Amino acid sequence: MRIEIIHEIASSLRNNKLRTALTGFAVSWGIFLLIALLGAGNGLMNSFMGNISEYISQSITVEGWRTSLPYAGYKEGRSIQLDQNDVKYTRSTRWEGIIENVVTTTPGKSVVLSLNGNTVSGWMPGVMPEYQEQEKMKMAFGRFLNRNDIREMRKVIVLSLAQAKELAPGKPESVLGRWINVAGIPFRVVGVYHTDERSFRRNCPIPYSTYKHAYDYSDKIDGINFSVNGLSTEAEFKALEAEYTGALKRMHSIDPQDRRGLWVNNGYTDNMQMNKATRMIRTALWILGLLTLISGIVGVSNIMLITVKERTHEFGIRKAIGAKPGAILRLIIAESVVITAVFGYLGMFLGMVACQVMDKTIGQNTVSIGMEEIRMLVNPSVGLDVALEATLLLIVAGTLAGIIPAWKAARVKPIEALRAE
Amino acid sequence: MALIELKELNKTYNNGQPLHVLKGINLSIERGEFVSIMGASGSGKSTLLNILGILDNYDTGTYTLDGTLIKDLTEKQSADYRNRMIGFIFQSFNLIGFKTAVENVELPLYYQGVPRRKRHELAMEYLEKLGLTPWASHFPNEMSGGQKQRVAIARALITHPRIILADEPTGALDSKTSVEVMQLLKQLNQEEGITIIVVTHESGVANETNKIIHIKDGIIGQIEENIHHDAWGGPLMK
Repeated sequence: MRIEIIHEIASSLRNNKLRTALTGFAVSWGIFLLIALLGAGNGLMNSFMGNISEYISQSITVEGWRTSLPYAGYKEGRSIQLDQNDVKYTRSTRWEGIIENVVTTTPGKSVVLSLNGNTVSGWMPGVMPEYQEQEKMKMAFGRFLNRNDIREMRKVIVLSLAQAKELAPGKPESVLGRWINVAGIPFRVVGVYHTDERSFRRNCPIPYSTYKHAYDYSDKIDGINFSVNGLSTEAEFKALEAEYTGALKRMHSIDPQDRRGLWVNNGYTDNMQMNKATRMIRTALWILGLLTLISGIVGVSNIMLITVKERTHEFGIRKAIGAKPGAILRLIIAESVVITAVFGYLGMFLGMVACQVMDKTIGQNTVSIGMEEIRMLVNPSVGLDVALEATLLLIVAGTLAGIIPAWKAARVKPIEALRAE
Repeated sequence: MALIELKELNKTYNNGQPLHVLKGINLSIERGEFVSIMGASGSGKSTLLNILGILDNYDTGTYTLDGTLIKDLTEKQSADYRNRMIGFIFQSFNLIGFKTAVENVELPLYYQGVPRRKRHELAMEYLEKLGLTPWASHFPNEMSGGQKQRVAIARALITHPRIILADEPTGALDSKTSVEVMQLLKQLNQEEGITIIVVTHESGVANETNKIIHIKDGIIGQIEENIHHDAWGGPLMK
């Protein structure tokens, strides 16, 4: 395209200000709604789902629950207690090379923690170092439990940031290295993990061996956690889950059909489903946005059609003095692309401003869901990738909007065009 | 060979009822001639002019322009031929309203791909020739009819066409301006040897040309040599 065409378009647009403004508005509005919708959608998803996938561990956890069906002479409502036999099965040759990093957690214990007269409640399980990854705990200060803590049965504890704030108001970092009173026994704080503003986590884990030694000599365990190697599809993970829990159900005389005997948290499939859900919501938002944009495109196309009709005489003159059909075609399409691109950018910019406004206003409102308070919108915005996609979309849209009118203009015979008024 | 050769040219319009407009036109116009085609409305003179200007096609016969057979051309080819070989002057000027005088004159060169600066220089040169330099950046609606027609003439001349086709060039002008425009065309023909064909229904206008071709009901009638009009030099009849 020659630079000259820009001058042609500029003068044509300058001389039809109202028409240009109306056409531009249709496109700006479409893009504005698309961006605002996607931004608000992202904000809502960020708020309600948070970065949930960040909190979903890439592992499977199985815990005992309570049966809901009678089986093998047992009544329903029986509590299921996992033990070392289950761990042995998990580590058996059947699962060699597939199930890895088998970690167990003791049944937890409700405790009261106190330091200098400040108290806070907590749920204290005995855990292995892998618990950190399994529960996606990010350290705020200090460290998590390690192998030495396990081997030496150290009396050390990891707190949540929320608990640390209760024990040492104003300077939670000061609890590090302090001995605190845990239900009458002193434990030393080695680390504090982050609790995000949305939740109040109360888990305060201690070493597995310490827990066993101090509170529970039995071979009972609360849960088994393991990672899986070599599987990729949701179906494969589901099949593994079915076979594994089937075996555990036989060992504990649970009806194979009973869905409540064991509690299974499959981080792999949860993650996949979460991603699928996110993708679906995002797709739905895109479709809504695109539909809005299409009405903008139709608007541009419509106005371009009228323009072409109004300018038929002018095209007749141009053709008489030597404009080829291709030149007329290019002129209209270029004009359409320029209008959509310029006003599209304006709409996109306003859409981003609207996202910022949403963030500062209704985004700050909080909603109570159960025990948590969450913000309406968290970071409602669209990324650079979306902006780039939208730009591309604008150019495509402009071309589409211009094609029919341009084709019509290029096709009209010069003699008929000259006769038109 | 003549600049323009028409042989047995026929044209029928098929809008509902077939209308045979041109019924076997034979005509040849030499290089450097100043000719008028005269006829009443409905005689077929405008159709003939449109065919000569490659704005319309014809059914049978041949039209040869400067050795090139003009027949069954694509839109692209005819646009190209119009651009390089023909200059148009219309009754209603047909200037583009949102372009200044100089931009209007530049336009044919734009479609030839001439660079902007070169185009502008040439256009200014032609405007100067026609005494329009002070109006170069004026829009058509800021000019008088005579000025507008002179801009249109500059636009027609800028590509050095083989022929200038003028369709009722004085039809929208008052009699004084009409005389000026006709004098200008005459001058262009005499001084620069440009071939000019004027279509008109006014005998006063036709009288200014060297040859008058009468057309009636789609057939060429009398062809009048009009070589003494300069000697007579009478006022243009309106």
